[in-house]
Formats: sequence, C-alpha cells, structure tokens
Amino acid sequence: MSHLEQLPPAVAILIAALVTLGTVLVLLGTVGLVRLGSFYERLHAPTLGTSWGAAGILLGSIVMYSTVGDRLIIHELFIALMVTVTTPVTLMVLGRAALHRDRAEGRPPPNTSPPDAVSPEDQAE
Amino acid sequence: MTATTFLAFVLTASQVLLAISLVLAALRGLRGPRAQDRVLGLDTMYVCAMLLMIVTGMREGSAYFFEAALVASALGFVATMAMAKFLMRGEVIE
Amino acid sequence: MTLFPHPLLTVIIAVLFLVLTGLSAGQFVLAIAVGIAGGFGYSRLTPDRVRLRRPDLIGLLFGRVVLDIIRSNYAVARLILSEGRDGRRRSGFVRIPLDLTEPNALAILAIIVTSTPGTAWVEHDPADNHLLLHVFDLLEDDDWIHIIKSRYEALLLEIFQ
Repeated sequence: MSHLEQLPPAVAILIAALVTLGTVLVLLGTVGLVRLGSFYERLHAPTLGTSWGAAGILLGSIVMYSTVGDRLIIHELFIALMVTVTTPVTLMVLGRAALHRDRAEGRPPPNTSPPDAVSPEDQAE
Repeated sequence: MTATTFLAFVLTASQVLLAISLVLAALRGLRGPRAQDRVLGLDTMYVCAMLLMIVTGMREGSAYFFEAALVASALGFVATMAMAKFLMRGEVIE
Repeated sequence: MTLFPHPLLTVIIAVLFLVLTGLSAGQFVLAIAVGIAGGFGYSRLTPDRVRLRRPDLIGLLFGRVVLDIIRSNYAVARLILSEGRDGRRRSGFVRIPLDLTEPNALAILAIIVTSTPGTAWVEHDPADNHLLLHVFDLLEDDDWIHIIKSRYEALLLEIFQ
C-alpha cells in the first residue's frame, strides 16, 4: 500500500476520522431502516447515509487524493452532486407513491388530506 | 502503531461496516412488508455499494473504482425512479 | 433558435466531459458536441429560463443548509440509537402553506427539505400551494411551519422572486 505511506501522519488521521464519521452514519441509517416501525419513518433513515455519510467518505477521498496528487478530485465532486440531487428526488417520488397507494387502498395516514375538500387526485380515481 | 497502519485499519473496518450496512438494507428489501419498503431497501443498497466501492478505491489506490461508483449511483437513481413510478401508476394493490 | 440555448450549461457539460475523459483533440470536439446536445435537451425540457434576483444570497442559503444537515444528522442519529427517546418520539405529517410559486425555487426547497434528515417532502398540492411534509420527530405543528417558512422559504423568495 504505497499510496497510504506517502500521506503525512496528520493527514492520515484526518482521513481516518472523516471515513469513520461517514461509515458510522451510513451504518446508523441502515440500522434505522431495519428497526423503525412505519414506512414513512423509514423514509428518513437513508438520508443519514446520503447526506453526511456520503460527504464524510467523499471528503476523506478528496483529502487523500489531493495529498497524494496523482489525479483530479472531480470524480468525488461529481458523485457528491449526483447523490445530493438524486436522493431527494427518489425519496420524494417514493413517498408520493406510498401515499398514493395508501389512499388507493382507502386508508390514508392521518393528517394527509386537505381539511376542507377532496383533492383533485382523489376525484380522478 | 503508525498513522499509516491506523488508516489502513480504519479503511478495512469501514469496508466491513459498509458491507454490514449493505446486508441490513438488503434485509429491509427482503422483509418488506410492502413494495415501497423493498424499493427503499434496494435504493439504500445502491448507496451502500457505491460508498463501499469508493472506500475500496481509497484502500487500493486505484481510480477505476470511482468510475464504477459513478455508474452505480446513476444506475441506482434510474432503477429506483422507474420502480417508484411503477408503484405510482401500475397495478399495485397487493 | 440559437446554437447555445443554455451557454453556461453547455460549457459545464463540456468541461466535465473533458475532465472525466482526459484532454485530447478528439475528446475536445466530442465534449463540445455533447455540451451543445445537452443544452438543446435541457431547453426542450424546461420552457422558461432560471432568473435569479439575488444570486449573492445563494452562499448564505448553502451555508445554512449545510449547518442544518449536520445538526439534524446528529439529532436523527441520536433518536435512532435511543429508540426514539424510549418510544416517546412521535412522527407525522404537517401541511405547510407556501408563498413560493416559482417552479425552480420549489424544486430547490424540495431538495433541501428531503436531504435534511428528519424531514421529507411527500407531496405538493399546486391547487392551494400547500406542501405535505413528513416529520420524523414531531413536536409542534406550528414549529415546523415556522422553521420551513423562515429559514428556507424567505431566502428562496428573495433569491428567485
């Protein structure tokens, strides 16, 4: 592992701390994904891994490769951009799909419909 | 214990923990109970696999893992979107 | 119909392509072609161009979001570890009336809200401009309406409208 030996000790410790933070957050997110009780609660669990979980690991990688310096760090930045833009979109669509299915089955979760009237989506069905 | 061996240890431990996360996400995908839970589990598996590739790339010092991670994140997005869209308008009542 | 409907987007795509593949004459031509194609594709997707009224506030919004994400990461991680304050945590939906109508600003608000652990954007009702938010740790309904409106929506309104 020659590239690890090129790192100064302080930088190596910094990378280790960032990677540990990211990994622990990802692990906690998946623990939550298994343990939480309802789907809408579980929807929050992966965001631990995709916000600072991914950011910690990617920052560690940026620090490592900008110190060893054999290639550009654009890959990490691009992955970070992908993760920050795509995860909310998938979670939003999944949440909407779940709500839609719950409504179609006639048991929407409490406090989800407008207080006064039936929403246009419900009328369309 | 030097900082280099410590970092090597942390990276290995991180690989193991990310693999455990992958298994936990897969567990949610297998257990369900409903289709949206399975899709959420699969989406989380994609994220864990992508981060596992990045940590592996850091340990091995190889840039090719990053290309793989990029492809994995793009594929994960498209796959999850397709399944969520299907849940929204397909024949979905279990 | 111009060759560059979105010049900035075209340049960004071309530069990204070059950095990811490596610089050479052939890749340069290909990068420009991909950039122009990307610009055209994007202009087919969105009819109206993004107009920023106060671009100087984007930095402030970004910093605020990064801080909030750190804070809520910690909060949610603790809630998962402590079994939701020993079972006393309550999650639920909140309906939030919005003043924001600009589609791009709404998209950014959706990304902010969903990527912050603890809150998830579930549905937006364009008829009465209400947002349906799922909150992981629900204390008071009014708190969340106030947080969303004062921390993010006010800034987005200033930037976009």
